Amino acid sequence: MNRMNDALELVKKLRTFLPAESVLHETEDVRPYECDGLSAYRQTPMIVVLPRTEDEVAGILKVCHALKIPVVARGAGTGLSGGALPHPQGVLLSLAKLKNILGIDPAGRTARVQPGVRNLAISEAAAPYGLYYAPDPSSQIACSIGGNVAENSGGVHCLKYGLTVHNILKLRVLTIEGEILEIGGNGLDAPGYDLLALMTGSEGMLGIVTEVTVKLTPRPEKAQVVLAAFDDIRDAGNAVANVIGAGIIPAGMEMMDKITTGAVEEYVHAGYNIEAAAILLCESDGAEEEVAEEIERINEIMRQSGATEVRTSRDEAERVRFWAGRKAAFPAAGRVSPDYYCMDGTIPRKNLASVLAGIEALSAEYGLRCMNVFHAGDGNLHPLILYDANHPGELELTEEFGAKILGMCIEAGGTITGEHGVGIEKINQMCSQFKTGELEMFHAVKAAFDPESLLNPGKAIPTLRRCAEQGAMHVHRGKEKFPELPRF
Amino acid sequence: MQEIVDQLAATIRAAAASNAPLCIRSGGTKDFYGQQDKGRDGGSGSILDPTAYAGIVDYEPTELVVTARAGTPLMQLETELNSRGQMLAFEPPHFGTGATLGGCIAAGLSGPRRASAGAVRDFVLGVRMLDGRGDDLSFGGQVMKNVAGYDIPRLMAGSLGTLGLLLEVSLKVLPLPAEERTLRLSMNEAEAIETMNRWAGKPLPVSATCFCDGELTVRLSGATSAVRAARAVLGGEEIAENSSFWKSIREQANPFFQSGKQLWRLSIKSTTVPLSLPGKQLIEWSGAVRWLSVDAEMDNEAVQALVRKAARDAGGHASVFRSQTPAPAVFHPLPRAMMNIHRRLKEKFDPMRIFNPGRLYSEL
Ligand SMILES: Cc1cc2nc3c(=O)[nH]c(=O)nc-3n(C[C@H](O)[C@H](O)[C@H](O)COP(=O)(O)OP(=O)(O)OC[C@H]3O[C@@H](n4cnc5c(N)ncnc54)[C@H](O)[C@@H]3O)c2cc1C
Ligand SMILES: Cc1cc2nc3c(=O)[nH]c(=O)nc-3n(C[C@H](O)[C@H](O)[C@H](O)COP(=O)(O)OP(=O)(O)OC[C@H]3O[C@@H](n4cnc5c(N)ncnc54)[C@H](O)[C@@H]3O)c2cc1C
Repeated sequence: MNRMNDALELVKKLRTFLPAESVLHETEDVRPYECDGLSAYRQTPMIVVLPRTEDEVAGILKVCHALKIPVVARGAGTGLSGGALPHPQGVLLSLAKLKNILGIDPAGRTARVQPGVRNLAISEAAAPYGLYYAPDPSSQIACSIGGNVAENSGGVHCLKYGLTVHNILKLRVLTIEGEILEIGGNGLDAPGYDLLALMTGSEGMLGIVTEVTVKLTPRPEKAQVVLAAFDDIRDAGNAVANVIGAGIIPAGMEMMDKITTGAVEEYVHAGYNIEAAAILLCESDGAEEEVAEEIERINEIMRQSGATEVRTSRDEAERVRFWAGRKAAFPAAGRVSPDYYCMDGTIPRKNLASVLAGIEALSAEYGLRCMNVFHAGDGNLHPLILYDANHPGELELTEEFGAKILGMCIEAGGTITGEHGVGIEKINQMCSQFKTGELEMFHAVKAAFDPESLLNPGKAIPTLRRCAEQGAMHVHRGKEKFPELPRF
Repeated sequence: MQEIVDQLAATIRAAAASNAPLCIRSGGTKDFYGQQDKGRDGGSGSILDPTAYAGIVDYEPTELVVTARAGTPLMQLETELNSRGQMLAFEPPHFGTGATLGGCIAAGLSGPRRASAGAVRDFVLGVRMLDGRGDDLSFGGQVMKNVAGYDIPRLMAGSLGTLGLLLEVSLKVLPLPAEERTLRLSMNEAEAIETMNRWAGKPLPVSATCFCDGELTVRLSGATSAVRAARAVLGGEEIAENSSFWKSIREQANPFFQSGKQLWRLSIKSTTVPLSLPGKQLIEWSGAVRWLSVDAEMDNEAVQALVRKAARDAGGHASVFRSQTPAPAVFHPLPRAMMNIHRRLKEKFDPMRIFNPGRLYSEL
């Protein structure tokens, strides 16, 4: 069928209930939607729609369902795995105009918001009540709560306060048929299967989130951070284990390697020791007395673990400055290199030293620098591979390097993605992490919600054919061989 | 150990081939919970008992993760964690000495610490399971953060064995609090609901609450200094029987739970004002759970209509937790669109509908 005619036909149908400015189809109008935060993948959508209400979203879905047109949801477009990459024959459904905070209930400690509301806007609205929304991705000034739900986003505080899945109570979700599902509830649990968990992290493939009720958390009385420097990255890794082994769950625990501290120090002057092989940031929050007690213990553990330097933030300004460096890690990468590629594997922490050594070896092999920032408390690695897209072939080399890092994460007993999602980016690595039967079950789950596969088709779960073709289904958790492919 | 899995898988395949239902039962400490498992034709399915598949597979305290086989006695697992200064933070009820990890996850029940620490599902990181075809599948993993693939591990929590047979489960664990103290304050129900919610909105180390008979009992857990500071703020009298009181609530050994002929559980918005319903109530989870004990004179049908409406109006749901006479529908009815999704999911995991048919909903 002719894409042009399809588009015009669809535009006509949509404009029967949407104002003209909510339906974009001219190339220059749809171009801004061609990629998300992973700009290596680009695709202009056939049409972009910008509904203003849940009813309009339902109307759009009904039309697309009737005409069998793929629908890709988009929040703020900060995703790092190409999850919101448009479909060439599809509708890009932007939720950006659904951006109202519908209500804050300070006594019940919840907020009811539309999907396009920015993550940070929720905490800002809750601040007068001494409350905040705990998950804080680094992108929180920009990313939407709908996107957070779709990716199960985390932040630097999630070891103690949980991921998105731990901090939401209820969703309103539209199915591809345009039917509303109320998932979860105003209590702490809901009858039947835990569809709230299933929806969280489902990357826009099961339904469109049109409303989110989040839990709000009381602001701790006080927070303080310890900054420790190590001349061996293994000591830093052991320090993390020692803190946790001592029964402390820090509010945040982040590690940066030497090349990272060098890059950020030049940029924000956080006061890091740039000679150190690695630095650790370890935060304590809670009641005044509690923080004092915990900070003292953390100091002691850092020293015993071989830290060459240990400093504690003396006031709020210094705490913010210590964190500023960590928060500037991505932009700093952007300053020292024309392009960078952010990976997101998670590993059991005990394998940190060997995985980092492996990354270093690969870095030498590929001739590409790699910065390591690490959510150390929960084992989530963010290697940033530095490259230059203008050098022919360098992007391909970078992707190959990245794929090998993910392979190491799987072998180390971890996973290819801790919080950024599979999207289009890691779809091939899914073939290595899961067996045929498991992938089939994922497809079956999708089919239970979206039998015709119209919602974000081709993302997150590879087809078995794709896996067979790339021949990547070799090792599964270090032991099993890829079993016979039943289909071909 | 693999032979046990092979045997279980063979049993499932045979059952699927002959279209004969199976009742997953790890021994049955929670037999009372859920709908009477009648099988599909009124006859009881044969028992599928996974308890032989037991033992801790992997536990490294500094990783905050434990992996154990589903047949592992809950008691053994908790003893092992405690000996390393850690715990299952959702404080699961055992309802008997023989409770297993599999039964605990499948039943999805959490104890007094739930409102502050999270529920069973919040701690589930990975599962290995046999589906209704007898296929051996693993989802999630042994790491804290993992978004590869849909979150099937959490879906299994609370599914009452209707989606598959759990073989292994990986859970996040947390350190035991350095200190715990329990305080008691006298007040009326409305004041108690207001007070519990006010505390929950402040950075206080409140780890459990319970209101019954004009007395609000509250547990503080955490660093010694934090508990001491909070104790001064909250007031009330400290009670000596700290752990035994909360155990009696968790295990429902407290006389309240045994008093009526039917025990309802209403899971609702925590700030809901006192519910006027026939019978006696006990409140937990900062007001988010109201237990209702109904006495013998009341008519089942009438109670059911009243309770379900009250729960719905309060943004939640109600289930029959225990009943001396069989309850017609144990769990809160689902809207049609939700039931459709449930039915389709069941079909995908268990196409022949052999696992615990009807235990959760008659349609499943
Ligand atoms: C500088 C930077 C730092 C970052 N730091 C972090 C971090 O610390 N932690 C972290 O977890 N992530 C981080 N991210 C990744 C990203 O911000 C998150 O994944 C975020 O949740 C995406 O939200 P979004 O609104 O931009 O979603 P988009 O990118 O627009 O979409 C993401 C996915 O969600 C789907 N989607 C969006 N809205 C809906 C909806 N309403 N209903 C159904 N599906 C929907 C889309 O189809 C897509 O699959 C970072 C990104 C950047 C650029
Ligand atoms: C002689 C004898 C005496 C006993 N005495 C006692 C006693 O005094 N007290 C006592 O409590 N127990 C007793 N038991 C029972 C047994 O030892 C354990 O109670 C049992 O293993 C615990 O089951 P559970 O409570 O974990 O779950 P169950 O009650 O068996 O199951 C709860 C729910 O979970 C589901 N389920 C259970 N396991 C799985 C799984 N692996 N995968 C998926 N779904 C699952 C079930 O289908 C059910 O829906 C006795 C057993 C025997 C043989």
